Amino acid sequence: MACSATTRIIHNPLAISSSRSAEKSDFSCKILSPSSFWGSASLGKKLLSVNKAISPISRRSATVVAVSDVVKEKKLKSSSSVSNLLITKEEGLVLYEDMVLGRAFEDMCAQMYYRGKMFGFVHLYNGQEAVSTGFIKLLKKEDCVVSTYRDHVHALSKGVPARQVMSELFGKTTGCCRGQGGSMHMFSKEHNVLGGFAFIGEGIPVATGAAFTSKYKREVLKEDCDEVTLAFFGDGTCNNGQFFECLNMAALWKLPIVFVVENNLWAIGMSHLRATSDPEIWKKGPAFGMPGVHVDGMDVLKVREVAIEAVGRARRGEGPTLVECETYRFRGHSLADPDELRDPAEKAHYATRDPITALKKYILENKLASEAELKAIEKKIDEVVEDSVEFADKSPVPARSQLLENVFADPRGFGIGPDGKYRCEDPKFTEGTAQV
Amino acid sequence: MAAMLRSVGVASASFPLADHSNKLSTFSVCSLPVIRSERSPISDPIRGTRMTGKVITKAVAAQAENAASAASKPGHELLLFEALREGLEEEMDRDPRVCVMGEDVGHYGGSYKVTKGLADKYGDLRVLDTPIAENSFTGMAVGAAMTGLRPIVEGMNMGFLLLAFNQISDNCGMLHYTSGGQFTIPTVIRGPGGVGRQLGAEHSQRLESYFQSIPGIQMVACSTPYNAKGLMKAAIRSENPVVLFEHVLLYNLKERIPDEEYVLSLEEAEMVRPGEHVTILTYSRMRYHVMQAAKTLVNKGYDPEVIDIRSLKPFDLYTIGNSVKKTHRVIIVEECMRTGGIGASLTAAINENFHDYLDAPIVCLSSQDVPTPYAGTLEEWTVVQPAQIVAAVEQICQ
Repeated sequence: MACSATTRIIHNPLAISSSRSAEKSDFSCKILSPSSFWGSASLGKKLLSVNKAISPISRRSATVVAVSDVVKEKKLKSSSSVSNLLITKEEGLVLYEDMVLGRAFEDMCAQMYYRGKMFGFVHLYNGQEAVSTGFIKLLKKEDCVVSTYRDHVHALSKGVPARQVMSELFGKTTGCCRGQGGSMHMFSKEHNVLGGFAFIGEGIPVATGAAFTSKYKREVLKEDCDEVTLAFFGDGTCNNGQFFECLNMAALWKLPIVFVVENNLWAIGMSHLRATSDPEIWKKGPAFGMPGVHVDGMDVLKVREVAIEAVGRARRGEGPTLVECETYRFRGHSLADPDELRDPAEKAHYATRDPITALKKYILENKLASEAELKAIEKKIDEVVEDSVEFADKSPVPARSQLLENVFADPRGFGIGPDGKYRCEDPKFTEGTAQV
Repeated sequence: MAAMLRSVGVASASFPLADHSNKLSTFSVCSLPVIRSERSPISDPIRGTRMTGKVITKAVAAQAENAASAASKPGHELLLFEALREGLEEEMDRDPRVCVMGEDVGHYGGSYKVTKGLADKYGDLRVLDTPIAENSFTGMAVGAAMTGLRPIVEGMNMGFLLLAFNQISDNCGMLHYTSGGQFTIPTVIRGPGGVGRQLGAEHSQRLESYFQSIPGIQMVACSTPYNAKGLMKAAIRSENPVVLFEHVLLYNLKERIPDEEYVLSLEEAEMVRPGEHVTILTYSRMRYHVMQAAKTLVNKGYDPEVIDIRSLKPFDLYTIGNSVKKTHRVIIVEECMRTGGIGASLTAAINENFHDYLDAPIVCLSSQDVPTPYAGTLEEWTVVQPAQIVAAVEQICQ
């Protein structure tokens, strides 16, 4: 794996990705080899010795290795592996474009926030693009995605137009949720994005329910349904009761769901290691009867490989998988977070593992596309993002009449007024000035 | 979660069924004291346009049309929990997307046997026995509702749904709005609540007061087999999330209900006994305490008007308002706590809307603000008893 075999100490996800001879991994419930975490030197050294024993490939020392060094090493070996590329040109460009869109969009969000175009709590996804792209680009339109408050890029990857997301952030009526949701509540019925939740863990049962519907359609309604649901959430959520309750139910009923943990090591200012008794989240899968996989979340191709298997499992009705993606957010928790607690060395380390840079290198090294083609994509994305800002700027703010419109799907729920008519028949109701 | 005491149902036999001495219904078909409101549901343009398909709001209307043939359908007698099950089964037959989730709803048949036999008929997936994880399976119901199913969540005891408050408030109530109207959450959340027979504090909770502020949900409370079935069906058919409050002591009430299909309105109150002197607003079990007090009051020469509000959120201000305009005195009798209860909200609503019609301040009789004690005597003093209702009426009518 040319673009990301750095720092083998940090992760040793699957045997498959180090030996590129396309061995299919066995996703039964066996425990995969452990990996260490950045931030705990002693733990790292302990696992280093374990890795040495298990892995057939010789390990480097526990220092940060530059991508270019490994690329050189791989080049020597890769003469026979031209046919073993993980992606085609088309796939590569799709992945690249999606990640660049995610990055450019989030950067624009930051700009717009500081210019006073959006308010409240805005959580940016910079650095984690490989997880969203790696998983969501494998899905069909009917598959469902559930996310947390860090949901802009999940929505974009799933196909929600950038215009609609930006409008929603600006609080305009053309937003995907008519301006009523905001940054933390991105929903799209058309693209099956089921939110956008502000409380962590709150979306996991909803995702479990969507997966339940898929199974119900197949087994009760006898429809041809192989829809899969992905639930994205962070390391902090993995200490929450709803996570464990849903792992249990999903494994119990073999629901078509993949639990994707975006472990970026920090829950606002709480380090994952300070909050969790056993920080290796992937291990918690087998405890409930499902495979647990750890993967390098800064490498979109590795994530995609794991995702293909996990989503495939779910589609075939074999049940859920827990995938822990080790990733990192380049910015603070939200735009209001001064981000003072994280070690600059840690940030610098992960900056060298930027997933977009890594994919670009892979594409160019393997001659899948030219520099010019990639530049063209970047330019196109810039235009898309600029256009989305323009569109959002020009869109109208919600009128007063919108205030009460979506409280109830059936507005009779507002009840019967003293005059005997349903409240929603009051002409003032649509104006938003009615007394309810 | 402790096992439910089945025997509590037996004790409820001591409560008289709806007071029939003043029934105005002329139908020999059913012994229900159902009173028609002034509006005719069929000719009313509002009802006419609102109701879709063959749903009728009041069985009374249909029977009025076919008075001659009404006699050929004698109705059938059943207990309240059976009425709930009948309504549930009819809806599950009608729409294959309707499913039930909860603890022990499947093989066990439900802690109060509301779902008995349904798992055998519909399978383990449609009547799903969940692990003990209220917040998560309620959330699962929300996710299922968003993706096309119509789940009914049973709280083994309503009090357990406190654990699901996160999902009920944030997701059931709010998701339709925060998604800009894209997703509907047609769930029904139901279960037994209220003060039973010495069940202890945690099994005797009244959650209606906690849930009433959640925007986006509707709450109804059933009190007779007739309205239990009707409200169950209406709740399942509603596109809104509905919380249906049942009462532990009312499951064994027996009544004769119509054979033909009927669905009640979720937003309307029920006139139990028309009168002239005072309006008594109540719901759920307290309806029976009120009717018991009404007997005494009638003997003393009073003429109370008793309304079972049924819809706890939103209030039916039309039925209530008409009553207030007639009697000018209001007493609210409820089982939930005094502080922040349904009665408190109702008092505020009536004061705001009908202040000019009141001859006396509204009297609200609620349970004491105490965790329900175990001891029988203490528990009796926690809830409102008929004697207190009689005294309140005498007081307000002076």
